[in-house]
Amino acid sequence: MSTKSLWALSGVRLKLFFREPGSMFWTFGFPLLVTVALGVAFRNQGQSQTPVAVVDGPGAAQVAAALAGQRGVAARVVDAAEATRELRTGAVVLAVQAAAPGAPLVFKYDPSRPEAQAARRQVDDLLQIHAGRHDTVPTRDETAVAQGGRYVDWLVPGLLGLQLLNGAMWGAAFNIVNARQRKLLKRLAATPMRRGHYLLSYRVSGLVFVPLQVFVLFAFARLTFGVVIQGSALAVLGLAFLGSWAFAGLGLLCASRAQNSETANGLINLVTLPMMVFSGVFFSSARFPSVLQPAIRLLPLTAFNEALRHVVNDGASLLSQGFPLAVLLAWTVITSFLAVRLFRWT
Amino acid sequence: MDEAILIEGLVKRYGDLAAVDGLDLEVRRGECFGILGPNGAGKTTTVEILEGLNEPTSGKVEVLGRTWTGQPEELRARIGVALQETKLFDRLTVEETLRLFATFYAGRTLAVETLLAEMQLEEKRATWVMKLSGGQRQRLAVALGLVGDPEVLFLDEPTTGLDPQSRRALWDTIAALRSRGKTVVLTTHYMDEAERLCDRIAIVDHGKRIALGTPAELIDRIGGAHLVEITTDPPLPPEALADVRGVRQARAVGQDQQSSLALSIDEPHVALPALIARLAERRAQPTRLVSRTATLDDVFLTMTGRSLRED
Repeated sequence: MSTKSLWALSGVRLKLFFREPGSMFWTFGFPLLVTVALGVAFRNQGQSQTPVAVVDGPGAAQVAAALAGQRGVAARVVDAAEATRELRTGAVVLAVQAAAPGAPLVFKYDPSRPEAQAARRQVDDLLQIHAGRHDTVPTRDETAVAQGGRYVDWLVPGLLGLQLLNGAMWGAAFNIVNARQRKLLKRLAATPMRRGHYLLSYRVSGLVFVPLQVFVLFAFARLTFGVVIQGSALAVLGLAFLGSWAFAGLGLLCASRAQNSETANGLINLVTLPMMVFSGVFFSSARFPSVLQPAIRLLPLTAFNEALRHVVNDGASLLSQGFPLAVLLAWTVITSFLAVRLFRWT
Repeated sequence: MDEAILIEGLVKRYGDLAAVDGLDLEVRRGECFGILGPNGAGKTTTVEILEGLNEPTSGKVEVLGRTWTGQPEELRARIGVALQETKLFDRLTVEETLRLFATFYAGRTLAVETLLAEMQLEEKRATWVMKLSGGQRQRLAVALGLVGDPEVLFLDEPTTGLDPQSRRALWDTIAALRSRGKTVVLTTHYMDEAERLCDRIAIVDHGKRIALGTPAELIDRIGGAHLVEITTDPPLPPEALADVRGVRQARAVGQDQQSSLALSIDEPHVALPALIARLAERRAQPTRLVSRTATLDDVFLTMTGRSLRED
């Protein structure tokens, strides 16, 4: 059996990709921009200054004076309306309302926000000490940020997952539906081309794209934020291939019947948006209720992110990630099988 | 086994709509066969069934003595196709596109250089497909149909949307293919295209064949190779001129009762003097008189009461 059409089609995939400025940007540029934006927004700034509003009124000046110059707190006196507004918008997480002498101080904050609770305890301590409370046990702080423990270390593997998913969806799947809509698929189907070669050419070209994406993202993350792969780089690459096949199967399934790009658009969003939320790309999926966890862990992006974080941040071996690997493999086999069965050329 | 294509009782239904409604056709090897009809007549559906891209609801279809069941790749290797307005890979060059398609054919293929020369695309070989003009794109589509050196070439509306110059250039190309002995099946709703290129034509309407023959036979069938269109003052009924010497048929055409008459005639030099004499006899003034050769559009108009160009 001749495979020349497979190599020719794969070569065409690569050529078309590098000739399309848009696909270059979305595949390589965009993830880097996200890394920079989020890496900067959530960087570890040593001890951060928690902004606190002191509501103007009797006693406000004393509270402000007590907090002035204290490390970790930046207090400002504002009127009541402004304090409410800033609490709502998140400009401050805590508002302190001083009352007439003798009445209790009021802390206003959202108790569901961990940083608001921390600010409340910190401001309370500072005010109590200022008012004369004596701590009886002496304490001392030491900084202990573990390697691989920062937000950006956690973020980068998730971004690779998102990038591979988006590549399979917006790169391959959307491209296939577009070709169907433009009747290019029909034209190809009218030739004796082995139809499997067309679909396989996306996987073959992936053998070039996937390592390139892994390299560009991790090299960039290392240079800018010092993100280090604790485990084996080969494990990262192997996982990236497995992930890309699972996402590609899903993409092909989305693309198997859709007749036009509007339908494809809807289908792709339907598949990717829930995973962007649930699969722990930007924040940990552990925040969702435990009743949802089994379902969340079965999503391909969750499995990929989980395994990759263990390899990148904890230095785990690939083989120790049995469950996520099985999930990815299952998605690959099932979606690819269904997609090929359902695929329409016209 | 002289037929390249055999269609018997072909039916294709989409729900209640019969796009093809019991079509019978035979295409001989080496001829250029035209399927002529207005938009929506079922031409594209028929051709796509012949190309193995669409499945008939019922009926028999044989291409090169084979059906589409079984080993479709073998048959695909022996036919060439230019679909109606295919978009190719935008950012691939002409030459790259041809070389890609050449890899799909296991057997003999025509040399890319030959195709570029034959389709006058040599200067455009390094141009991205998205930057080609409509005519160049259509020539590339034909070239892609020829890559596998097919025994039958299907061209679906090859010149639709082209400027007159590009149409003529493509006609020359298709005529050259036929003279090399290729079987060409062509759909079109341009009568001049069918007349100029095709050895035989099937006129289809509403999924049925309404006429079949050479262009000359079809024109002859409406009763004469020439047509006289005449408007008189006062208007005359068709019967008033039907029995003029040399007139084979007279019918009213045009809107309103302010009608013109169309007369089918064989020999203008016999019919016209007799016609003028009859007008004088009936004291009618010809306000407009046109004599021209009949076209396939007249054939279609005569048989359906509609023009090919009405959509």
